[in-house]
Amino acid sequence: MSSDALDHDKTLSLEKQYRFQWEPAQESYVLLYPEGLVKLPGSSGEIMKMIDGTKSTNQIISALEEKFPGVDLRKDVVTFIEHAYGKGWFSAN
Amino acid sequence: MSSPSSNTLTERVGSVQINTTKGPLWINAEITYKCPLHCVFCYNPVDYASTFGEELTTAEWLRLFKQARELGAVQLGISGGEPLMRDDVETMVAEASQMGFYTNLLTSGIGLTEERIASFKEGGLGQIQLSFQDSTKELNDFLSSTKTFDLKAKVAKLIKQYEYPMVLNVVLHRLNIDHIDQILEMAEAIGADHVELANSQYYAWALKNRTYLMPSRKQLQDAEETTNKFRAKIGNKMKLYFVVPDYYAERPKACMNGWGSVFLNVAPDGLALPCHEARMLPGFEFPNVKDHDVNWIWNESDAVSKYRGESWMKEPCRSCDDRTKDFGGCRCQAFQLTGDATNTDPVCDKSPHHHIITEAVELAQKPQPPAVEVKPLLFYRDDKNSKELIAQDAH
Repeated sequence: MSSDALDHDKTLSLEKQYRFQWEPAQESYVLLYPEGLVKLPGSSGEIMKMIDGTKSTNQIISALEEKFPGVDLRKDVVTFIEHAYGKGWFSAN
Repeated sequence: MSSPSSNTLTERVGSVQINTTKGPLWINAEITYKCPLHCVFCYNPVDYASTFGEELTTAEWLRLFKQARELGAVQLGISGGEPLMRDDVETMVAEASQMGFYTNLLTSGIGLTEERIASFKEGGLGQIQLSFQDSTKELNDFLSSTKTFDLKAKVAKLIKQYEYPMVLNVVLHRLNIDHIDQILEMAEAIGADHVELANSQYYAWALKNRTYLMPSRKQLQDAEETTNKFRAKIGNKMKLYFVVPDYYAERPKACMNGWGSVFLNVAPDGLALPCHEARMLPGFEFPNVKDHDVNWIWNESDAVSKYRGESWMKEPCRSCDDRTKDFGGCRCQAFQLTGDATNTDPVCDKSPHHHIITEAVELAQKPQPPAVEVKPLLFYRDDKNSKELIAQDAH
């Protein structure tokens, strides 16, 4: 868990105790952690998929904008990433 | 092993609707009832010795994991007894992780060598939950922080070395709760990240010992105050959870998030149970994973669907607004204390049997002999006592 403001140029990596995967039974991406799960449907799953230890928030936004041209996603992506960062799902280095 | 923690999943499943129609989300594999410890608060059934010789094989466990995973189960608890009493935990962890399970090992730490933890890490184990064991039997040792501390410190070092979060589960009860400051110091000294200070709940062995295990209201208040002070002092370094006994709670717990809702416990002999305690309920024929697949057990068997939903409820649950929140509490507690599992959990103050709880709580306010005098009066979880109970039951 971190309450620090997130630098959007720092590289995001999933924290060790989390596991992110596609779940056919849920028809959704999910995040697994000790004794729990969070379902990440739709765009939240697409964003989480980008958090792979090589990209920063800004790079994720660029990549998604390339994938979905003409859509202004910045605000939604930042909101989700900051929320998830606050929950301690990943670190920023 | 501590008491079943029934509220965990509800808090953690997030806000999006999770599909649970096909099968359970969480499998708890009690792979053995063998245990080197004799905890007086153990929630394993008092007749656990009847399952000896019936333990599932490695292949049977793996078959169960595969079936559950295909139905969408994501969490796997490997517990016991002491799971490390079996030498195939490594295989189970590796295979289950490969299937896509998040694997959790619930252990006392006894038998956790470096070789084994390295193998668990390699196999993809997600979490190790270390329970604080046997602090009643070895109360003096515990209080002087000698033998127990050494073991915990050694295991904790291994857990850190292999980059696992240090999750400590401490069972509190009347005989150790006054030493919570020492327990917290110990937790800090071994570098715990998460500490669950869970009061013993009164099932199985803990119910047999309830008189000696239930803390007084004052003890609980003092312990909670000490915990709060410690929490303020230590800050974010350690997360502390304090769980009161049901008997002191204001509302009944949403046991297992509802019967047959997300959780399936599989006992060492393969019995599939909607909770850790359900084996005790009369009039049930619980299915065995040796004979049936998880799909049939979850979706077809009478036992697992019996208390699912609301249709089984009687008054006062049937017309209660809380029935979708707490599901009438715990079926096993209702049976244990009232003789009928379809009654409202007597923890609920609307239950006509609530006096059973208030009487037990009032008894706990009376002075009791000191711990050293109580020690010989306690009923220890061991094979001899279990066999004697089975024999008594047969007569």
